[in-house]
Amino acid sequence: MSKDKFTILTSTAVPLPVENIDTDQIIPARFLKATTREGFGENLFRDWRYTSDNQPINEFVLNNAAFGGKILVAGKNFGCGSSREHAAWSIYDYGFRVVVSSFFADIFKNNALNNAVLPVVVSDSFLAVLLEAIQKDPTTPVTVDLVNQEISFAGKRETFEINAYKKECLINGYDDIDYLLSLNKEIREFDLSH
Amino acid sequence: MSAQKPKTIFEKIWDAHVVKRAEGYPDALFIDRHFIHEVTSPQAFDGLRQRGIPVFNIQRTTATADHNVPTKDQHLPIKEALSRHQVETLRKNCRDFGIELYDLGHPFQGIVHIIGPELGLTQPGMTIVCGDSHTSTHGAFGSVAFGIGTSEVEQVLATQCILQYKPKTMKIEIKGTLGKGVVSKDIILYIISKISASGATGFFVEYAGEAIQQLSMEARMTICNMSIEMGARGGLIAPDETTFNYLKGRKFAPQGEAFDRAVAKWKQLPSDSGAVYDSVLTFDAADIAPMITYGTNPGMGMRVTDRIPTVEELKEINEQKSFKKSLEYMGLEPGSALLGKPVDYVFIGSCTNARIEDLRLVASIVKGKKKAAGVEVWVIPGSKQVEQQAVKEGLNKVFEEAGFELRSPGCSACLGMNEDKVPPGKYCISTSNRNFEGRQGPKSRTFLASPLSAAVAAITGKVTDVREYI
Ligand code: SF4
Repeated sequence: MSKDKFTILTSTAVPLPVENIDTDQIIPARFLKATTREGFGENLFRDWRYTSDNQPINEFVLNNAAFGGKILVAGKNFGCGSSREHAAWSIYDYGFRVVVSSFFADIFKNNALNNAVLPVVVSDSFLAVLLEAIQKDPTTPVTVDLVNQEISFAGKRETFEINAYKKECLINGYDDIDYLLSLNKEIREFDLSH
Repeated sequence: MSAQKPKTIFEKIWDAHVVKRAEGYPDALFIDRHFIHEVTSPQAFDGLRQRGIPVFNIQRTTATADHNVPTKDQHLPIKEALSRHQVETLRKNCRDFGIELYDLGHPFQGIVHIIGPELGLTQPGMTIVCGDSHTSTHGAFGSVAFGIGTSEVEQVLATQCILQYKPKTMKIEIKGTLGKGVVSKDIILYIISKISASGATGFFVEYAGEAIQQLSMEARMTICNMSIEMGARGGLIAPDETTFNYLKGRKFAPQGEAFDRAVAKWKQLPSDSGAVYDSVLTFDAADIAPMITYGTNPGMGMRVTDRIPTVEELKEINEQKSFKKSLEYMGLEPGSALLGKPVDYVFIGSCTNARIEDLRLVASIVKGKKKAAGVEVWVIPGSKQVEQQAVKEGLNKVFEEAGFELRSPGCSACLGMNEDKVPPGKYCISTSNRNFEGRQGPKSRTFLASPLSAAVAAITGKVTDVREYI
């Protein structure tokens, strides 16, 4: 599957200052019954966004017209819980291309990277000022520069880590299967001798 | 020639499965055993179709239907349209690609992490993956087993490999012997309560120490199952005589002389003395009591006799907000005790605690007694084989006399994808592994506990210290 290419993104950002957001909150299990990858955005954070009789919950940030953009900024330990890739699909399908947090759960991080969503890990202090700034002024532009591994807003900046291989994949829109398929012969030999 | 550097069991298994290691790239890791189920596989099969490629090695792939399946009237078509569609899609995919499927009604059907071990498909020294985070369960046999996402399921189907960076290693040692009424579920809930729901992120855990070695295979699986609940990539336990005895004679385990040869190989697996871990934690079994969770992540647990912390007692200031939100959701007061708290539902099931030993534990408590009025009790066996064994031993009778029924196997109320949902606001004491908001149904409230603690709550109708009961 060819993926979007990612180099640099400037966008407003959506603050979600909650810690330990688990994949059941990102996309509740009852929405995992689809057999395609599309359409999950509608149910992103479903139970925080809507009441049980499907009325929008006004206090929730995704229902607040003041906030929008392609960057989600969330509290520590984002994406813990199940391995459902649907969590990454729903974030992508909703329109986010970046999630910023001070800590990500492992499987989520991998799933995000496999689906053209860039997880950006920042320090706790940077996260705190970023959240404060976008909550105060929702029009604050935030720039995520993958090439230089830097996130910046309103004159503040911080560099972030990303694995060199994943970075190359994101910049070029490659995926892991392309690479593994190129090893087919070696894998066959391994399977037989193993 | 210099002597080889001592290795951990994890490193031995990992290194033996690297097909290609290239500078700057993740390792291409060969996967011995791939389990699939209906929820996380359909998009992966579509990926294969789009690329026009087959499954790399169907012998290494096993499928079952578990997440969506009803636990009553399993012989009838699934009522709920989307669930039915997902199971039917799995059937079609298995047919199209030639994969063995243990479908509803098949004697081997069950929760994916229960059937792998009981069929002997799970063996020491293997690499095992499944599109499901509780794949860590299989680590109880001394294998490197971990959950993956659907893109990775597609990788494994297409190439029998997965691209992975080697995680760091952690050893968690439990010294001493467990007290009365304390079982393996309590050990793992205790560990997670101590190190938090993210305390092992980035690590692959090896559980060791006397208290672990004394456990049966099934009890070991409960521990490894919940490794993911502290963020670990996976968890394992070195294989020993308990492991070999469990595997001997299982359907897909090596047979006869091949078994002896396999055992000789498996005996090489345990960590070398002097092997170095990135982190080592030690706990004392005497400190562990029957555990229960009070919040909405598995790290929010305590001894059943303790009280919930107050906001001021939290170690990290920035956790206060999520802590308050969590207790509000649970309808509980900071600083209060849980003992005596009435429960509405009791769920005995899931890949954590739905094996035959778990059902025996439950039966040992409820035998000759009746469930409390107003409490609804679900006993969902982990597999068809567990169900049949329970019937053979007459456990179904014990349950019936107590006023609850033994249903058909599946994930059930562990995640509420089928009809088995805990209603909004109701309290459920559950032997499963997750107490997240809405996990057992929208607005449901979950207390995670051992099968013993769940069984005693079914009888008393409230959170009870099982030690006073046995
Ligand atoms: S029983 Fe629960 S945790 Fe286990 S595989 Fe099923 S849904 Fe996942």
